[in-house]
Amino acid sequence: MIASPVKQKYITPGVMILIILALNGLAFLAVRFISGLGAVTNLDNTTPWGLWIGVDVAAGVALAAGGFTSAALVHVMQREHYHAIVRPALLTAMLGYTFVAFAVCVDIGRFYFIWHPLIMWNGNSALFEVGICVMIYLTVLYIEFLPVVIERFMFRVNLPGLLKILNKPLDGILRILNRGLPKTMFVFIIFGVVLSTLHQSSLGTLMVIAGQKMHPLWQTPILPLLFLLSAIAVGFPMIIFESLIASRSFKMKPEMKILSSLGSMVAPILAIYLAFKVGDLFIRNAFQYVLVFDTAAWMFIAELALIIIAFLLFLSKKTVDSPLRLFVASTLVIAGVLLNRINNFIIAYNPFYNPKMYIPSFGEISVTIGCIALLVLIYRAVVIIFPVISQENVKARN
Amino acid sequence: MKNLNRRDFFKTTAFGVALATLGAKSAKASDKMLSEDRIGVLVDTAVCVGCRHCEWACKVAHNIPTTDLDTYSDNTVFKEYRRPEQTALTVVNEFENEKNSLLPIHVKTQCMHCERPACVSACIVGALTKEEDGSIIWNDDKCIGCRYCMVACQFQIPTYDYDRSIDPHIRKCDFCHDRRKEGQLPACVNICPNEALLFGKRSEVLRVAKNRIKRKSDVYVNHIYGEQEVGGTSWIYIASKNFDKLKMPTLVKNPAPGISESIQHGIFAYFIPPVTLYALLRTIMWVSTRHKDKNSENLSDIHKDEKGEES
Repeated sequence: MIASPVKQKYITPGVMILIILALNGLAFLAVRFISGLGAVTNLDNTTPWGLWIGVDVAAGVALAAGGFTSAALVHVMQREHYHAIVRPALLTAMLGYTFVAFAVCVDIGRFYFIWHPLIMWNGNSALFEVGICVMIYLTVLYIEFLPVVIERFMFRVNLPGLLKILNKPLDGILRILNRGLPKTMFVFIIFGVVLSTLHQSSLGTLMVIAGQKMHPLWQTPILPLLFLLSAIAVGFPMIIFESLIASRSFKMKPEMKILSSLGSMVAPILAIYLAFKVGDLFIRNAFQYVLVFDTAAWMFIAELALIIIAFLLFLSKKTVDSPLRLFVASTLVIAGVLLNRINNFIIAYNPFYNPKMYIPSFGEISVTIGCIALLVLIYRAVVIIFPVISQENVKARN
Repeated sequence: MKNLNRRDFFKTTAFGVALATLGAKSAKASDKMLSEDRIGVLVDTAVCVGCRHCEWACKVAHNIPTTDLDTYSDNTVFKEYRRPEQTALTVVNEFENEKNSLLPIHVKTQCMHCERPACVSACIVGALTKEEDGSIIWNDDKCIGCRYCMVACQFQIPTYDYDRSIDPHIRKCDFCHDRRKEGQLPACVNICPNEALLFGKRSEVLRVAKNRIKRKSDVYVNHIYGEQEVGGTSWIYIASKNFDKLKMPTLVKNPAPGISESIQHGIFAYFIPPVTLYALLRTIMWVSTRHKDKNSENLSDIHKDEKGEES
């Protein structure tokens, strides 16, 4: 099986809708950059972090975990069987992290100082670690994607018009990279996995410092471990989810052979996550807060229920073998982890002085949805241009 | 080929050890020593009459626009509970006094200047610093506006300019850093007409607080707020009513950054865990590759696709 550019038209009715959503988000972004955060968001001094940090950044990083989990599986453990998933997962991670970085830029007040952490260090800060790791990992992801660019454009660089003069030098660069990269790529791949484990867990450490402002259902010293485990757990379901959507959208046969074996690995990982999550609840004597059945308790129950149902589904061979069931089960894991991040960053954050509950504004939601739409649009463009998706019985473009 | 890979393996490990020594150095430089003579303020809520002169003086000292001092005698502001904001770094709130309804209790709120500040620990770029004298100040040139300090602060003190796109500020009480450099008292302490605010060494004001509670045990509850809360604060309070009734959060004695810093330093202890993980993954990769099909002897066959195409 060889990856090749997807032969499809770019514009479809669905794509048109995505473009409208993206433009709507961009309009609100413009307001945010002209008039400040207050003009678009419902954030205030009581709730300094909202939807953009909880979903765009925290959930975004978690849902891009397919990148490092697949790299670990295929490159580190050398399971060649799964080779076909590496490039789509890598592309998702690359685009996902690009958007995380973008979302951070949108959310921080002084976006023009985003580079400050590079030279102003605070080793005590979990946020510093997350920031630095994400910056380096993003670079690593781009390096990991270079072979795809080389494969597509080496000997074929053909820029239009005045840019023509760049053709030769660009091709030269690609050829030099092609000579050096294969020998050193393993360094980047392992580095990428290490960086991912570091910042996926540190993302959990972020809220630990909020101390008593965090609801006891979520506030635990093992938050970093829970974040790491849930990120690993959502990696494969995310790959399955995307692969099934992509094959439907591009009218291709789903790669069930690979996806089924991927799916059969999900249940054990979910079991480990659930064991720590529930075990922690009892060890800290926090189960009593579930029995209160207030909003926080219900959100916690919902988060846990999604993961437990998904776990039970993934246990059965029937789920793993049917595209539809596999899709449903994967979606449940994704929803569970997404809700976990929302809970940790928004629902659990329950400060002492809290005059009104934070509900994201229409503008905040528009920007988040717009970003996701834009991400899908770019993904579609990339798989049409570059050899990312592998199909059986399709010959490589020559 | 195998040899080369083993050599690479050792090379990268050596690189990791070099990083580790570097990390050890940077980890140590973070903690500034607190002076034995570090400052503090005792807020005696039983003495405060709620004149709000401190609010006015604070604004003047920090170049925040304000109305005349006379307007501050308006008591209607007490109807609503107020919090510090961008345009008011300290505010006074009024609470009912069950013992004497004619003498309501007034509580001034501002940054507590924690002994072990969460905001300083959290700040991604180190824009907030704990000075030797105990005050916590914010550095305009470093701040990126991420608002993590606001997430971290147990007293919910730092405020943010939500209405500005360019140059938004994090603002909070800076213990009148500039005034004190010129030998002056903090503006609020300076103006307080009946000495509800006592400025001095933290150890000294703590001693005074203990004495007052001891002498007038019928007036004060036996609790010095800020002596131990989240590891202690520079501003300490005594009151005739339980502090949770005065809307002061009930806090644990452990410093807020304690757990998160131990986690951080645990994960990064001399960079050993990440380097070990790297070495472990490299070993797994090496072993898996050796065990793999003999046909693919090329160890770095990440680019199997390209190779396949070329050949």
